[in-house]
Amino acid sequence: MSTTRPRIRRLPLNAAAFLTVLVCLFPVYWMVATAFTPTRDIQSDNPRIIPASWTLDHFRTAVGAAGFGLFWRNSVLVTLSAVLLALVIALGSAYAVARMRWKGRRQFMLMVFIAQMAPWESLIIPVYIISRDTDMLDRLPTLTLVYFMMTLPFTIIVLRGFIGTIPPELEESAQVDGCTRFGAFRRIAFPLLAPGLMATSLFGYITAWNEFTYANFLIIKQQDHRTLPVWLSSFQNVFGTDWGATMAASTLFAAPALVIFLLLQRHVTSGFAAGAVKG
Amino acid sequence: MSSVREQIASRPSLGPGQHRETSDTASRRPSQSSGRGIWPYLLIAPAVLGTLYLLVYPLIRAVVISLQDFGLRQLILGHAKFVGFRNYGTLLGDSAFWEVVRRTFLFMAINVVLIMTLSTLVALMVERLGRCGRTTVLSALVLTWAMPVISATTVFQWLFHSEFGIVNEVLTGLGFESFDRYPWFAHGPAAFAIVVALVVWQSVPFAAITLYSALTTVPVELYESARIDGASGPRIFRSVTFPMIRPIFLLVFSLEVIWTFKAFVQIWVMTNGGPGDATTILPVYAVQTALSHQRYDLGSAASMVTVVLMSGVLVFYFRQMFRQEDELA
Repeated sequence: MSTTRPRIRRLPLNAAAFLTVLVCLFPVYWMVATAFTPTRDIQSDNPRIIPASWTLDHFRTAVGAAGFGLFWRNSVLVTLSAVLLALVIALGSAYAVARMRWKGRRQFMLMVFIAQMAPWESLIIPVYIISRDTDMLDRLPTLTLVYFMMTLPFTIIVLRGFIGTIPPELEESAQVDGCTRFGAFRRIAFPLLAPGLMATSLFGYITAWNEFTYANFLIIKQQDHRTLPVWLSSFQNVFGTDWGATMAASTLFAAPALVIFLLLQRHVTSGFAAGAVKG
Repeated sequence: MSSVREQIASRPSLGPGQHRETSDTASRRPSQSSGRGIWPYLLIAPAVLGTLYLLVYPLIRAVVISLQDFGLRQLILGHAKFVGFRNYGTLLGDSAFWEVVRRTFLFMAINVVLIMTLSTLVALMVERLGRCGRTTVLSALVLTWAMPVISATTVFQWLFHSEFGIVNEVLTGLGFESFDRYPWFAHGPAAFAIVVALVVWQSVPFAAITLYSALTTVPVELYESARIDGASGPRIFRSVTFPMIRPIFLLVFSLEVIWTFKAFVQIWVMTNGGPGDATTILPVYAVQTALSHQRYDLGSAASMVTVVLMSGVLVFYFRQMFRQEDELA
């Protein structure tokens, strides 16, 4: 509607847009730029916005740091198993909610919506004590279970929406042709659902990959079972003032999320508006 | 026709409906696949059990612990005694706790006001931008939103580093000599401001994009008729735009209030609640009391106070959401 306005009148608007982009991107840029800057330039009195020379040393330091591979493996393991578990269990629930009629369905969905807003920050103490009592402290399956519960409600909500968009006639006609209800779902609806499963699991991956609090308080003695976020938060204790290496580690940790979100930007914006997900 | 029925069937108010039977005549297990009986309950059982064990049980356990005398001794040996509401009494009688509550509300108020103001402005701006500018700004917002909390926190520590931080460098370069080697994290208000800046920086993208998508649903005709009536820009926003996006605005608002408590991570990593207790908000206080001072009972009580404070906003959020769309149907 405002494309016909003269250029001059659009100047403040464009300036504001430029400022917004600058404020949004500068910290991200500065992380990446510092990661590539030689230490001597990082610690100079006149830091340059664009590094004068580039180096990969910091990435070598970060990757070569004790335990990086191990913590990376732990993170991947916990994230994958939590998300897969959530997907399988959410698929059943979502199917029941979207395709079947039963007493208590509304109550179930209300439970899911409330669980989505669960006050995880206030449950650290009881979860710590329960894990201690059941000998689950310092173990990765504990984290897997917690992350599974963190991602489950959102997965159910979104999958229910996806299943709702697949016409039930497709399955019904397959059933008429002699499929069981399960067979009809597996052969007809499931292939159509695959993109939805992918998109949904992405949010789960990001949540589990980034989670810090529970990883920090549930893995205490067994340092071998730490995950990447905890390792990164203690990176400065390990490397002292080596900010180049810290930023390189930070970049390596953030890269998967940043790349995925840029590639899937369109889905992301509509998805998180629908599901109210906090990064 | 059955798709219409399917939609209608999803509204419980409308009819008991025996219409699903037709599709099941060819099925081998008619009684089980009719969509009634035991099957739906079997399908949701894992989710319900998971929620009960991983969410409801910890919550109940927290309530129980907050009513017990539960310290390091009881953690190791068990046999905690019930002491009624003594922990809550201790907590509410402690001026340090009230200081934390006051700070939590201050932190929440500053964050939410900044987030809502900035994101509304950004959303309005994005709507007015051309196609190219809009894509650029939205991409930048998404990238910011995707930045993992720990990475963002580390970067902000580096930006505000006293000796080599770029912020001090720029401020000194602009002539504010007092910022030369200014130790941001050693001063209470400065550390508080940085935490606020970090939380706002991370929260604006979600709020702005959600508000922007709400703005795009406002019919253009409304603006045109308002302009024909001679309404000014601010007047149009107050009388046309805002009433239209009000439901979404309130949703985002209550989400941001609730998410204030998620700043736990940023605070824990960046300042650990310090310097002194300048950045200690309720969840940080609860965890410090429990895990650093081994007073699990007091920590749980503080957590429960947090949950009660939050649940008020949560109820408001759910009422807004279910008014907005019949999500439960």
